[in-house]
Amino acid sequence: MTGPDARRTAETVWRMESASVVAVASRVLGDVALGEEIAQDAFVAALEQWPSRGVPPNPAGWLVSTARHLAIDLVRRRSTYARKLAEVGRTVTDARLDGAVEEAGDVDDALDDHIGDDLLRLVFTTCHPVLTTESRVALTLRLLGGLTTTEVARGLLIPEATAGQRISRAKRTLATQGVSFELPRAEEMPERLGSVLEVVYLMFNEGYVATSGPDWARPELCHEAIRLARLLAALLPVEREVLALDALLELQASRLAARADASGAPVPLLDQDRRRWDPLLVRRGTSVLSRALALPGPPTPYLLQASIAACHALAPTAAETDWPQIASLYAALATVSPSPVVELNRAVAVGMAGDPVEGLEIVEALADAPSLRDYPQVPAVRAHLLGLLGRTEEAREAYLVAADLTRNEPEAALLRRRAHESRS
Amino acid sequence: MRFVSTLKVSHQPDTPPPASLMEAIAALGMEATRSGALVDVAGLMPVGAGGGRVTLAGGTLTVTDGPFAESKELISYAVYEVRSRDEALEWATRFVRLHQEHWAGWEGEADVQQVFEAPPAP
Repeated sequence: MTGPDARRTAETVWRMESASVVAVASRVLGDVALGEEIAQDAFVAALEQWPSRGVPPNPAGWLVSTARHLAIDLVRRRSTYARKLAEVGRTVTDARLDGAVEEAGDVDDALDDHIGDDLLRLVFTTCHPVLTTESRVALTLRLLGGLTTTEVARGLLIPEATAGQRISRAKRTLATQGVSFELPRAEEMPERLGSVLEVVYLMFNEGYVATSGPDWARPELCHEAIRLARLLAALLPVEREVLALDALLELQASRLAARADASGAPVPLLDQDRRRWDPLLVRRGTSVLSRALALPGPPTPYLLQASIAACHALAPTAAETDWPQIASLYAALATVSPSPVVELNRAVAVGMAGDPVEGLEIVEALADAPSLRDYPQVPAVRAHLLGLLGRTEEAREAYLVAADLTRNEPEAALLRRRAHESRS
Repeated sequence: MRFVSTLKVSHQPDTPPPASLMEAIAALGMEATRSGALVDVAGLMPVGAGGGRVTLAGGTLTVTDGPFAESKELISYAVYEVRSRDEALEWATRFVRLHQEHWAGWEGEADVQQVFEAPPAP
């Protein structure tokens, strides 16, 4: 294959493999910013060479090997320079060079298991706690997702210049803070892993519920997050929260097609047409959740959230939902990861499990939570519980309060419709 | 975007599939799973090994046992979740290429079809 087809193959393979290429180059160089540059050089080499010489038999391996060679060359050149500057002792660069040269022997075996470790190093670096959360999300989309700056901007609904700044600032921070391209030490692992999972979770939610504007959801961002969750689940198969997060996202994503109607208006979970839920993702979600539950340990936040999502996914109809089970899972979640939002969800479950009075009490207790001030879901849940109790006029008023608070236009329309329906 | 790739064999050498092919297929499967692209996969037994066929023709339903003399037998399917048709074709190409590398004389094809995804309900 040569010519335009070869160029197209180069672009496709680059998009599929850029995370691995960046990861391998970054490990040789010990630096993600340099690693990304070298990876880009390898891609440019493919664009130059494949159309005339033909696509190599193993295009992905070619990209990785080429980037590795380029990175080793760079280390060698720098090392020579460093030696000339200081002709005493072994420098850090020399030590790194030894490692790099040893690897030069197995360059043809490019798609070997080391790439998995390099990808892990990459994700722990782009999600490093020294970076702000928004920088972590942008840099991770860029380097792990292989998205262009334009695509990162589109995904996060931010101007392209802002996306570019976030990415370059993140790389600068990693350099100035001296973050090494290494796997976390055992004692750092819980915090570092938490930081990674938070990024994946936020990325998914950003796509799942657009907080403002006319678009209810941005599925591409959800898909990027799921891709990352699957990667992590494959690389860290005995980390319970990693599997649990993957399960949670597969289960949430199974409902993507059912969450909006033709006009783009949101359809709440209990009103969704369950035939539109994606059975393949439900099956994947419940299966990875079983693997997580089989690992020893106490209940953890993602594990409980995934278990709740599975309760919904496995109920044949909304009426058959196991609300007592969901209420007890929320109670457990409120213990391990207390938050007003969890309490709000517990109020719904308790109400649906047959005790709207207690549900309402939970909501009333949240009235003073500063983080929920102006949060439209508080009056919306209150309205729902009031409706269950037959207090229709109060329910109507609460729905209208909620509609005034939300910035999401389709959601506001739904809440006003609910208010209208409460009149009867 | 979701695609199904079905692998059909048109000429299979008399030798059993080499161990190296099976290893390479397992390694590619792991790689595709890790990347998040491979979401479902299965190998299929020949129709003659206990399958069958249900036919509707001329208004009559018939159920028949195999074996059927097929010019191209379906031997596996894989479901990929990817960002483009090109990516799905690249995964299928990698899979077929393994047969080229490890099993001389094998001939067949992978058909890649996009899974229909319903637009939001009216």
